[in-house]
Amino acid sequence: MATFFGEVVVAPSRAGVDDEESAEEACEETPEDREIRRELEKKREIDVLWTLKSGASSESSADEPFVCSTFIIAIGHNAAAFLSSFILDSVCWEVVGVVKLWNEWCRTSNTTNVLPTDSFCLFYRLISDPTVFLCQCSCYVAEDQQFQWLEKVFGCMRKEGLQVTILSTCPVADYKTQESTLTLPSPFLKALKTKEFKEQVCCPLLEQPNIVRDLPAA
Amino acid sequence: MFVPCDRGGGSASSDFKGSTLLVPAVSVGNVGQLAADLVISTFDMTKVGYFYTDCLVPMVGNNPYATAEENAMELSINAEVYSLPSKKLVVLQIRSPFIKNKYRPFCQTLLSWVKSSKCARVVLLSSSHAYQRDDEQLLGTPLRYLLTPDLEKAVGGLMQELNWKEMEKVAAYPGINDTEKVLHIPGGGITKLLFTESCSKGIQMAVLLKFCSEGDNIPDAFALVNYLNEWLQLIKSEVNTSSQWKIPSSWRLLFGNGLPPALF
Repeated sequence: MATFFGEVVVAPSRAGVDDEESAEEACEETPEDREIRRELEKKREIDVLWTLKSGASSESSADEPFVCSTFIIAIGHNAAAFLSSFILDSVCWEVVGVVKLWNEWCRTSNTTNVLPTDSFCLFYRLISDPTVFLCQCSCYVAEDQQFQWLEKVFGCMRKEGLQVTILSTCPVADYKTQESTLTLPSPFLKALKTKEFKEQVCCPLLEQPNIVRDLPAA
Repeated sequence: MFVPCDRGGGSASSDFKGSTLLVPAVSVGNVGQLAADLVISTFDMTKVGYFYTDCLVPMVGNNPYATAEENAMELSINAEVYSLPSKKLVVLQIRSPFIKNKYRPFCQTLLSWVKSSKCARVVLLSSSHAYQRDDEQLLGTPLRYLLTPDLEKAVGGLMQELNWKEMEKVAAYPGINDTEKVLHIPGGGITKLLFTESCSKGIQMAVLLKFCSEGDNIPDAFALVNYLNEWLQLIKSEVNTSSQWKIPSSWRLLFGNGLPPALF
């Protein structure tokens, strides 16, 4: 594509990466390339580690699924900070799990002693009602890890009678509306709900054509 | 991968035997997806299920085809299936890009679902970079078609009558050896892969594509959907059919919000 200045550039396509070249490369992959790709995939795997009552850590797959009635997930720094400031405290809540992952944007560890500025993903349980769970996920979960996160975390929970609430934030500039976002009183709340959610929602629903993406969407 | 919706209509709503399946390729200008939106919106098609897949970037929003407050609150995700039994038409709409290295598994799963659901034929709506046309392609219609051998037997004659142009093959080694020709669809996303796989699996597939560039692709979507209509006759009309396609409410604000009054 030629621009006004006369130079020729390759236009990035809204359709995403054109995979034609990589399709041919995949056929010509050497065993070395395959090995590198496998190692990279392994590095990008997510580990969900649950701390049992006795204090011992174990892999999630060895456990019985948790009985869970309420699961609140806070995704992103703002939402995680909200939970830290208004909900969490060391008296009523205990840490029961952590997610260990790595991607190009962040790395979390399996330590549960974290600073607010760290990237982490921790699970808490209400001591007075052990069916109420909370998750603070301030790390960025990459596209190819989102499905894995979903399956591994929800795979450990009994889903009957489970109510899930997801808290997240988006920049106001991304909000699509007829008026300009400059004049909008912000911050403001919007919600999306499944048809199984019968309770009253505390704020207006998200209007078309706005969408939610990444981990909250997954 | 396919999860039917619980609509109380039983399994009848997800019986696709003998239907025509429209699938958009995530391609330049998203033309296939826009065209699919027009079809779903115009015929007020019913959602019959979705794909539970890890191959597409997750997204969720409220009903993109909402016409009133009552139907505005149904959630919509990245890959959903709509049906219009009266025309034996099924549309798969894809709303987000592929996750890196996942387009191949998606194609495999999609084609095996096509076979198991016994769709009569698949029409892949796609597009290709306009700037990669050669001198001949710059003239005349920007619309092209492709047919797998199995579908060629059934409708090849009809394409001749409609005076449609088949997508040209290009030299595999341009400038060096012009005899060996290959199919090349730049910007077409998974189009070429789906087409070649369908040829080898004996699936009746047609590819309808338009040469275009990124920009305001709404006119391209109309052109593609009218092209499709020349064949499938979804809208019967002797006059201009463009005005009969209904634009969905989600196409609002495609190019940004309103302007701040303080700017002036």
